[in-house]
Amino acid sequence: MSPLLDVQRVTKRFGGLVAVKELSFHVEAGEILGLIGPNGSGKSTAMKLIMGIERPNSGRVLLGGQDVAGQATHRIARQGVGIVFQHSRPLHRQTVLENIKLALLPDSLLRLAADKSVNDRACAIAESVGLGAVMHRRPNTLPFADLRRLELAKAIARDPKVVLVDEPFAGLTAAEVGIFSGLIDGFRREGRAVLLVDHNVKGVAALVDRVLAMYLGERIAEGSAEEVMRDPTVRAVYLGGSIETHARDAAVIDATPVLLEVADVSVLYGKAQALERVSLRVHEGEFVSVVGLNGAGKTTLFNAISGLVRYDGRIEWAGGSLAGRSPAAIARGGIVQCAETRELFGDMSVRENLDLGGQHQPPAESRDRLAWLFELFPILKERARQAARTLSGGEQQMLAIARALMMNPRLLILDEPTLGLAPVILEQLSKALERLRRTTAITVLLGEQNVTFALPHADRVYVLEHARIVWQGDPALFAKEAGAGYL
Amino acid sequence: MAAVRRWRPWALVVLLVLLAVLPWGVSAYIVGVLTVAYYFAVYAMSWDLLFGFAGEVNFGPTFLIGLGAYAASLLDIHRWPVPLCVLVGAAAAVVGGAALAVPALRLRGPYFGLVTLVAVLVLQQVIVIFAGITGGEIGLSVPDVLAVDANPNYWYALAFMVASGGILVTLSRSPVGLILQASGQDATETAALGFNVAKHKVAAFCVSAFFSGLSGAMVVFYEGTVSVGSVIDLALGVQVIIAAVLGGRRTIYGAALGAIFLILANELLRPLGQLNTFVVAAVALIVILFFPNGFMGILGRAGERS
Repeated sequence: MSPLLDVQRVTKRFGGLVAVKELSFHVEAGEILGLIGPNGSGKSTAMKLIMGIERPNSGRVLLGGQDVAGQATHRIARQGVGIVFQHSRPLHRQTVLENIKLALLPDSLLRLAADKSVNDRACAIAESVGLGAVMHRRPNTLPFADLRRLELAKAIARDPKVVLVDEPFAGLTAAEVGIFSGLIDGFRREGRAVLLVDHNVKGVAALVDRVLAMYLGERIAEGSAEEVMRDPTVRAVYLGGSIETHARDAAVIDATPVLLEVADVSVLYGKAQALERVSLRVHEGEFVSVVGLNGAGKTTLFNAISGLVRYDGRIEWAGGSLAGRSPAAIARGGIVQCAETRELFGDMSVRENLDLGGQHQPPAESRDRLAWLFELFPILKERARQAARTLSGGEQQMLAIARALMMNPRLLILDEPTLGLAPVILEQLSKALERLRRTTAITVLLGEQNVTFALPHADRVYVLEHARIVWQGDPALFAKEAGAGYL
Repeated sequence: MAAVRRWRPWALVVLLVLLAVLPWGVSAYIVGVLTVAYYFAVYAMSWDLLFGFAGEVNFGPTFLIGLGAYAASLLDIHRWPVPLCVLVGAAAAVVGGAALAVPALRLRGPYFGLVTLVAVLVLQQVIVIFAGITGGEIGLSVPDVLAVDANPNYWYALAFMVASGGILVTLSRSPVGLILQASGQDATETAALGFNVAKHKVAAFCVSAFFSGLSGAMVVFYEGTVSVGSVIDLALGVQVIIAAVLGGRRTIYGAALGAIFLILANELLRPLGQLNTFVVAAVALIVILFFPNGFMGILGRAGERS
């Protein structure tokens, strides 16, 4: 029997970036395939290619033998592909039941009244996913897990042959994970083909029949969950090979004053707990790494420090509280965040981007810093006149870091600088960071999921998992004490 | 809430009866003002269908209104019967609107709004350039009117507003309205549920264009004249938008309420002289800034509390 979903050598390029490269896999009816990979590995893009949200540059997506690659999303949906989005945006003026009814409606402009059967089916679906008690309430009165159930209900309503599920367990408690596993297992029993997209094997191991691991747009391993977890390439991607660490003497660092103190900080996004009572400390001149998978809460932590999200708890900077200060005031106070998304001005040249960073510095100092940065990142000097948009991913990251450094920060926050970068670029970036650490007194707070990159420079490491700090200590002890739980 | 729902249809019937007998109780001047307000209410309700439900900001409602008004006027001058003029006016607005919307809805972000804005300016220039046919900046007088007396004109306008409003409200609460709202909120997710988002948005634009054009054409036969200032000017378009937002987005009723308030306030405050427009604009600004859900939002909240 031919597989229900057969993806054949699909490639997707965004400008110069190859997000998905010659990726092939298939899912049978009644099978759950886990598609895993770190952030930026292309797994979400792969899912979008199947759903038609993005069009592949080449390759085929066969649905029961029919090629649907490049078709409009609503056509692919009607041929039996359903998707459970990670973030739900239900209709807030309608009840839960009406939201489910929406998914049951025909795509017709002439239906001014829904069939009676629609109501009964919607009720049945609400019951089946555990929304029976709340189906007449509005979505904004529901807890987070029920909103995820609603997304699931909408997918079920379309009766899809192939179900794509994006990060099914993100933001759920352990008990809720159990219930959702049961619901997804139900898809398999009903003979649907299920594709689960997630960050690591651990989260989906109990549920999946097979796992396909991706990195930089390509397949790196495929097999049972155990096989993939044992795979040397996968281990290298998630844990790094042998990790060298160069932590400075803890006693020396502890003697320097505390620059940043985060105490019991919690952040809620609507109903999802993004950070839960996180505490950490950065000393003057220290290099601190916060490692954690995507979705663990790293960016939220940094945004709280930069004053971009509201939080409960206390954040102190150089002895004073940051509460109530605007993001601009915090940045002028010396905390400069180099965001995961890089936030470059794409149509401006490299030089103009850097000059903007130096806007608040005296001209002479700005010139000196520019010369120093061109020394630190020689490639930027070569590319000075080029538009930032035309740089490769690695060069863009260097420019983002350089622009942050132009602002003469006391604390540089680097959020996922390795996102989507090839190993050879990582090495260049790593060397630049090493030089930065050795030649200047700068304090760095680095957020990373790539442990190989995060550990060598760190004086101290925090591990963030599901919104909480679960481990902290010397980087040399990381592999022994915290590494196993990370895969 | 349930109590509010139960008396709501009755309240509506009582209100409509009151509005229908109103001409016997108030001056001819007020009757005239309300007549204009009712046509204006249809502009605002049509606009809300597009903004509130399909999630698209149409900065050029007067493009559609103007097409309807001028098409009807030009045909009337050629002695076509009035009902036919009005219908062809509405059809012209739909055709013009679709010609604009089909390519413009491919654009993302603010570009749809910009296209609709530029369309108004283009139409305005066309009218001025072809002054020999259109009367240019001075405008045209049409030979026919709906009625000579104020009261029949008032009833025509009231009936027209109630019928249009009824259709628009029904549409917004139908399955199609639900799909439209979903498209406006999250087009990707709606497409993933198997709905053709573009088709629904173009349809919404056509319905909006139909009622805008129809109302524009009716106004011509109430006023007896048509000019750029009365049906195309950008300022009129801005007023339509303010009325809809003021009344309460995504309610249809609210748009009518906002429109009637705006026109009435403008007239009743006329003794203030030049302060008049300022006061009305300030009130509108305050409501939009502090009560983004408009009059209907305020009413809804009061209803929930009681």
